[in-house]
Amino acid sequence: MNDVVLSVKELAFAYPDGHQALYGVDMSLTRGERVALLGPNGAGKTTLVMHLNGILQAGHGEVVVAGLKVNANKETLKEIRRRVGIVFQDPDDQLFMPTVFEDVAFGPKNLGLTDSEIESLVQKALTEVGMLEFKDRAPHHLSFGQRRRVALATVLVMQPEILILDEPSSNLDPASRRELSEILQKLDITLLMVTHDLPYALELCERSVILSGGVIAADGKTLDVLTDDALMKKHRLELPFGFDPRHSAKSMKQLVFDDSKFD
Amino acid sequence: MGTQTAIEVKVDVHEHGHKLGDHLYIHKHSRIHDLHPASKLLAVLLFIIVVVLTPNTEYWTFGIYLSLVLSVLVISKLPVKRMAKRMVVEVPFVIFALMLPLFGREPDVEVFGLSLSEAGLIAGFGILAKATLGVMASMILAATTPARDILNALAFVKLPNTLIQIASFMVRYSAVVLDELQRMKVARESRGFSARGIQHWRILAQSAGALFIRSYERGERVHLAMLSRGYRGTMDFGNERLEKKDYVAFLLPILALIILIGSLV
Repeated sequence: MNDVVLSVKELAFAYPDGHQALYGVDMSLTRGERVALLGPNGAGKTTLVMHLNGILQAGHGEVVVAGLKVNANKETLKEIRRRVGIVFQDPDDQLFMPTVFEDVAFGPKNLGLTDSEIESLVQKALTEVGMLEFKDRAPHHLSFGQRRRVALATVLVMQPEILILDEPSSNLDPASRRELSEILQKLDITLLMVTHDLPYALELCERSVILSGGVIAADGKTLDVLTDDALMKKHRLELPFGFDPRHSAKSMKQLVFDDSKFD
Repeated sequence: MGTQTAIEVKVDVHEHGHKLGDHLYIHKHSRIHDLHPASKLLAVLLFIIVVVLTPNTEYWTFGIYLSLVLSVLVISKLPVKRMAKRMVVEVPFVIFALMLPLFGREPDVEVFGLSLSEAGLIAGFGILAKATLGVMASMILAATTPARDILNALAFVKLPNTLIQIASFMVRYSAVVLDELQRMKVARESRGFSARGIQHWRILAQSAGALFIRSYERGERVHLAMLSRGYRGTMDFGNERLEKKDYVAFLLPILALIILIGSLV
């Protein structure tokens, strides 16, 4: 049960210009967990994410992904980047090949798989995100929501240990936002979701972590975090107008925890 | 709410850079469309070499070349009017060619009261004829072959992988960058700016700089995305073999070469 997929210990980091973004972050994710990473702008969320697949190297402390410590070694980095799949905010950054199929096949090709293996992996990934019928299209002929789903497929096809989503619901219309959430619900994967969309966090993640001022300010059940008014206010987190997490949580049947709270 | 009748607006569809790379391709079913992209690419390249080798004074030879290219155009079933409009890319060459007779050296000839250099006239004609034929052949290639296939063709003729990658990113991102440029233009104009004269060049230059920085940063993000999916410096491009039917494409340069040799002996 206690199978740790990601562990971050005392992670501190300062950019070359002297600006320090992380002041000792401790966090760990167990297999199959879905965690929302919340925090105001400038809290260091992006900086933290960039440590998780070795784009940035820890100034102090360490990041361990499925038993493998992130360091500057090229071979280690290659393996880390396969294990940690990041879906970036702008799908145009992630989709660089002429067609959807080739884009999703790009990763498996680099792993040196055979054509038939690649074909079946790509089929599977595109089916998971509901984009199989668009496999021969060019990315710039897809809608934004479709592009984000393809971007998700390009990462899923690598069969990562952890899926990291940077603002997955940003710029999506409500229907695309819902479709993406349905896709994410179905995935059997460890998930870390960076977001400002608190209802989305509640819907998809049982656990939430608040990163504020470069440290973990709170770590608990999403519902507990969202209903702690003092905590929320302290870290510049606000619920959208008219949104009541208690009410929403009650109506979500997949919520298995803490039913006593509503009585 | 009452229902409203839809008012349709007729728009003259014109081609501009929005889907650069893809927008040149015109989908039709023809012998030319079906040819292997590499055979078309090589045929066009060889044809252009033959055309360039032709002496400027072989006026009739150029005429026959033109009829060859026009026959290909007919076989390809491409809309002639649309293709003719695309020839505007040649305008800079035309202007250059037209200037040559004014600056060339003697002997001079009188044309409509203008004293023109004979050598300049011939050189101008040569540039014009060669450029026109080259542009026409390339236009037919671009209109009958999707951008993606042209990249494959470049890989087939063993162009260095790095160059094809660069071309591939150009095909993929030109639309994204042009959109960005368009948004910046809208943002400028929404604040009352319109470029009218030299005093506005500073603003335009700044926009260009901002676009460069944005594109550079995007490049870095794309590179990261590629690294996280195991990129190691090379990208695979399709490698379909040539079939017998594809060799038909070489009729164009071969016929041109025969005509050239015929006209010279």
